[in-house]
Amino acid sequence: MGSRKGKAGAKDDNKVMTGMPSFVPAIPTSNSLGTEGNTIRSSRISDFGTFEQSLGFRVEDAVDLNPVYSQMKSSSQALGTDVQFATLNKSLASSDMNLSAAIAGSHMLQLRKEPQANLVSTSGGHRENWGESTMAEASPRTDTSTDDTDDKNQRHERGLSIVVAASDSSDKSKEKSGDQKTLRRLAQNREAARKSRLRKKAYVQQLESSRLKLTQLEQELQRARQQGIFISSSGDQSHSMSGNGALAFDVEYARWQEEHNKQINELRTAVNSHAGDTELRTIVDNVVAHFDDIFRLKGTAAKADVFHILSGMWKTPAERCFLWIGGFRSSELLKLLVNQLEPLTEQQLVGIYNLQQSSQQAEDALSQGMEALQQSLADTLANGSPSPSGTSGNVANYMGQMAMAMGKLGTLEGFLRQADNLRQQTLQQMHRILTTRQSARALLAINDYFSRLRALSSLWLARPRE
Amino acid sequence: MERVNHLASKKAAVIFTKSSCYMCHSIKQLFYELGASPEIHELDQEANGREMESALRGLRNPSVPAVFIGGKYVGSAKDIISLHVDGSLKQMLIDAKAIWF
Repeated sequence: MGSRKGKAGAKDDNKVMTGMPSFVPAIPTSNSLGTEGNTIRSSRISDFGTFEQSLGFRVEDAVDLNPVYSQMKSSSQALGTDVQFATLNKSLASSDMNLSAAIAGSHMLQLRKEPQANLVSTSGGHRENWGESTMAEASPRTDTSTDDTDDKNQRHERGLSIVVAASDSSDKSKEKSGDQKTLRRLAQNREAARKSRLRKKAYVQQLESSRLKLTQLEQELQRARQQGIFISSSGDQSHSMSGNGALAFDVEYARWQEEHNKQINELRTAVNSHAGDTELRTIVDNVVAHFDDIFRLKGTAAKADVFHILSGMWKTPAERCFLWIGGFRSSELLKLLVNQLEPLTEQQLVGIYNLQQSSQQAEDALSQGMEALQQSLADTLANGSPSPSGTSGNVANYMGQMAMAMGKLGTLEGFLRQADNLRQQTLQQMHRILTTRQSARALLAINDYFSRLRALSSLWLARPRE
Repeated sequence: MERVNHLASKKAAVIFTKSSCYMCHSIKQLFYELGASPEIHELDQEANGREMESALRGLRNPSVPAVFIGGKYVGSAKDIISLHVDGSLKQMLIDAKAIWF
C-alpha cells in the first residue's frame, strides 16, 4: 500500500491511511477529495474488509453525514429507500461529497459493482445534482485509473471479484478480459445507467410526496371553503368576508386582488378615454373603498393568525422584501408618487410633503414600539433565573415566563392594526389632497408599481438555476 | 375619573400609559418626535392606578395609551395616528401650546 502514493501528495495519502481500519475522521473538503480520489479508491479497494466497513468508510468521508449514516446503517439490510431518501434529502443540501457518499450508502449493490466508477463521480469537481455527473468528468478519472499500474488494476479486479457475488450482471466476464477501452466504456455505461436509475427513483419519490401534499391541500381547501361559506351566510355582504386562518385569508386576498385588478382596468380605461370628472370620481371612490375591504380582511385574519399576516407569506417574495409590519410603507409609496403627480399646486405640494413626513414619523414611532416589544420579549425568555426552591420552583418560573411572553405576543396584533390604520389613513388623506384626476393617476401608479414587484417575483421564482 | 382629569389639566399634553404597554411606547415616541414633552403617568406605578385605568377604559378600550391635549381627551393610539396623518394632531398641540411649530 505504501508504494502507491502516486496521484496525490504523500501527505494526503497518509491522511487516508491512518484512518483506514476504523471510521475515518471527516475529510474536510470535496476539493481535496478530488485530488486524492484515486489514492483513496485504490486504498479502499485494497483494504476491502467487510461490506459494511467499506461502506462505513466511504460514508464517513462526508462531513456531517453521521445522522444519516446511523439511519442507513440501521436499515442497511432492508434498503428502505423511502426512509433513506427522506433523510438523504436533508443532507443533500450540504456538499457534493455528502451526496455521493449518501447515495453510496443507499445503493450499496450498485456501488459494489463499480466502486471505481462511483469514486469517479465522487472525485468529480463541481456538481450540484447528484444525478448529473457528466461522462466528461468521469472519463478523465477513468483514464487515469486505467492508466494505473498493473498493481492497481489487480486490486481493482480483486475488489470487483469480491463484489461480483452481489452483482447481477454478466459484465464481470467482459471486465476480466481487461481491454482498457472496453473497460472504460463499460464503466461509463454502468455509471450512466446507475445515475439514470437514481434519477428515476428520485423523480418517483417526488411525485409521490407531491401527490400526498396535493391531497392534503385539497382537504384544507375544502375545510376553509366550508368555513367561508358558513360565515358568509350569516353576514349581509355579497361575498364571503371571513378570514379564519391563513389559508382562508390567502384565498380571500386572491379574490380581492382579482377584483382590484378589474377596478384598476376600469379606471385606466376611463383615464385614457378622458372620461368626465363625475364618472372618474365614482370609479376612484370605488377603488379607495375597496382598499378598506382588504384592511378589514387583514384585521379579521390577524385575530386568527397574526403571524401569517406579519410574515407576509400571503405576498410575493419581492413584495416581502419591502414588508413593514405586515404591509407596505406608506411613506415609500408617497415618495414614488410625488414625481408622477406633477403638476401639483403649491398647496398640494405642501400637503403631500406634510403627509409624507407624518406617515414617516408614525412609521418610526410604531417601529420603535415593536422593537421595544421584541427586546422585552427576548428579555423575558432569556431570564431563566433558577429558583432556589428547587425543581418545582423552576417549573413555576418557566410557566410564569411563558405566560408573560404570551401576553407580550398578544400585543403584536395591536401593532398590525395600527400599521394598517396608518396605511388606510394615508391613502385617504392623499385622496383628499389630490384632485380626482390626480387621484386616478396616483392609484394607477401605485398599481403599476406593485404589479411590477409581483412580476419580478414571478421572474425570480422561474429563473433558470444551474 | 376626577383624578384623571385633574392630572390631565396640569400640562398641555398628558399621556396615561402602562409600563407593559408597547403601543404606549410608540405614542410617546411620536410626541417626542414632534417636539412635545408630554407628561407621562404610568398607571401601574401610580397610586390609584387601578381606578384611573378603569375610568379610562370607560372612554376607550384599550385603556392606554390615553392622550389628553389641553385638558381634553383626544383618544387612544388609533385616534392619535389618524389625527397625525391628517395634520390635526400638530395643530392641536400648537393650539394647546405644547409645541410652537
